[in-house]
Amino acid sequence: MRGILNFLGVKGIAVLIGLGFTFVLFISFIDTLGSEGEAKSAEYALHKEARAAHLPSDGPLGRFDNAQLQRGFQVYKEVCAACHSLKYVAFRDLAALGYNEAEVRAIAQQWAIETPTINPETGEAATRPSVAADRFPKPFANEVAARAANNNAVPPDLSLITKARVNGEAYLYSLLTGYGQQPDPAIVANYPEFTTPEGLYYNPYFPTVNLAMAPPITADGQVTYADGTAATVDQMSKDVTAFLTWTAEPKMQARKQAGLAVIGFLLIFIGLTWGAYKSIWRDIKYQQ
Amino acid sequence: MSFPWAEQYQPKNPFMQWMDSRLPLPRFVYNAVGAGYPVPRNLNYFWNFGVLAGAALMIQIVTGIVLAMHYAAEAGVAFYSVERIMRDVPAGWLLRYAHQNGASMFFIVVYIHIARGLYYGSYKAPREMVWLLGVVIFLLMMATAFMGYVLPWGQMSFWGAQVITGFFSAIPGVGETLRVWLLGGYVPDNAALNRFFSLHYLMPFVIAGVIILHIWALHIPGSNNPTGVEVKGKQDTIPFHPYYTAKDGVGVGVFFLVFAILVFFMPNLLGHADNYIEANPLSTPAHIVPEWYFLPFYAILKAFTIDFIMPAKLWGVIAMFGSILILFFLPWLDKSPVRSANYRPTYRWFLIVLAVVVVLLGYLGGASPTPFIIGLTQVATAYYFMHFLVVLPIVSSMEKPLPLPNSITEAVLKGKGGTSPAHSAVAQPAE
Repeated sequence: MRGILNFLGVKGIAVLIGLGFTFVLFISFIDTLGSEGEAKSAEYALHKEARAAHLPSDGPLGRFDNAQLQRGFQVYKEVCAACHSLKYVAFRDLAALGYNEAEVRAIAQQWAIETPTINPETGEAATRPSVAADRFPKPFANEVAARAANNNAVPPDLSLITKARVNGEAYLYSLLTGYGQQPDPAIVANYPEFTTPEGLYYNPYFPTVNLAMAPPITADGQVTYADGTAATVDQMSKDVTAFLTWTAEPKMQARKQAGLAVIGFLLIFIGLTWGAYKSIWRDIKYQQ
Repeated sequence: MSFPWAEQYQPKNPFMQWMDSRLPLPRFVYNAVGAGYPVPRNLNYFWNFGVLAGAALMIQIVTGIVLAMHYAAEAGVAFYSVERIMRDVPAGWLLRYAHQNGASMFFIVVYIHIARGLYYGSYKAPREMVWLLGVVIFLLMMATAFMGYVLPWGQMSFWGAQVITGFFSAIPGVGETLRVWLLGGYVPDNAALNRFFSLHYLMPFVIAGVIILHIWALHIPGSNNPTGVEVKGKQDTIPFHPYYTAKDGVGVGVFFLVFAILVFFMPNLLGHADNYIEANPLSTPAHIVPEWYFLPFYAILKAFTIDFIMPAKLWGVIAMFGSILILFFLPWLDKSPVRSANYRPTYRWFLIVLAVVVVLLGYLGGASPTPFIIGLTQVATAYYFMHFLVVLPIVSSMEKPLPLPNSITEAVLKGKGGTSPAHSAVAQPAE
């Protein structure tokens, strides 16, 4: 070992190791040149880029629109809640949408699914009406029950859905409004094996373009908005997307507002430190 | 320690005099980062990044300690406890986003700090020890960041832990046993989560300790400077305080501005959507990608695609760790007597290409692996190793450096203080 070190020196050994790595990379590279990439799948070819939802909460000055969030909550309650849980959100959180205490209590109490509990006398499993402090009860007791009721697909929890998908707001809005389209025949012609299996629905915004969820929002006027807003499919989709943007991050508006104050403070801070720096260095010649 | 003309600590306040003769802590601070530390007068803004890295570590420790008060390291509730922090803990969202993006800021700052050291030859004698300790800090940071990313127990946390601990199974013979021992199970689960949390809490303090050694070692020869010419006398230096504390103050302000933009307006920009899905061992994400700061190394791992003597996976793992371990040998691979790349016309270009290649590897590490991407990764990886192991030793012995200034002061007075490459002799050869 010492002999090799003396003969080659640190540099010689380094050059040998470097050339060794390079050689292995070179033969890997030759191998890569010979390989053919995987052919683009039908899913890849048919998948469409999500369209922006343009919500009022977008952008650095974005704010939640409470009227829209209440409409979105109504859509969740009347359309989504039968299958999709909202397990990280509590009824009390709804106060942030502009509901007063009595309204929140009423929403909790009248929620179609009750909160699991035990019978205080027998100890057997039971349910009770929810209170404001409860989180939204889950529609299915467990995953097996969810699969059994949904053609072996589990409806995901929606609390974080807009953060748990890439470009989540656009994705959700596009998915909800993307049903009913037919795959482009010109593309399908290249993939004769492509079909939408029984029990699945074609939707070009879903990553695999066929999904188990039946079209949830199908017709204008499916819900009746209390504030008189016309309940078009597009409007309902947008409203529920806004609501689920709020559930994913209820503190977003507080965050952006705090951010503006922090940025303002820091700009003043930088101005002052810059002035101090220039003042302290005024007699030091270091660069012309 | 330090130069003979360094200012001496002379407390006037009777209490400080009393203190100084019993526990000279103020004197220690004065000599370390006060007026008692003479620093070259021509340092540019790249010399802010050491202080900024220290600031980033402090942010991580402070936010981390408070987060740990609310976090539960139990696989069944870890994800839920993070959501509690985001929703119910007062200002919890701020703590959590600050910690999450603080890690990215720490790496951004440290990468620039390392690049500064590479460009201005700060790793060369007599500062080898400073460099070696710096590489140790970098390795500790990577381990800490990896374990921290597992804690929220999202999909990327779980599958990242699965993939990264899987590297150990590439070791012939004992690999799989070692992996199971490290994880405390066959897959990442509660045992792994708990030990990662324990170590994630410990490591920052180990890093802080190594930083003290790093600064101690720095104070023996004193700071390098953009000319790479050693300090010759008093006229070459100014006291750290108030001159560089003032300059660092500006840097800290800008650092916090960038940090605030991330935390308050785009907190999830550098993260992965999949990590907002709770860990599920039965569902593999479509693309398992590490955090952005690991991507260049992840690209190197994936560059080896052929079994040659050893399995491709083992080549990849060796190359990935080797790509960092090479840095330990840097002071002995580069024997050029000239430190600053401003005066090394050939090496300078190779170094700039290296910087481009590392950024490119970062992109390639996160891209979907088409043959084009893989081929490009292989070429870029080859350059990375060639740069350090072949180009550097050869160029450093063949290159004819540009004439160096006789002293820092001379360079400064000629307006070539090297505070930026634009003012260097290289960029203005006609002068």
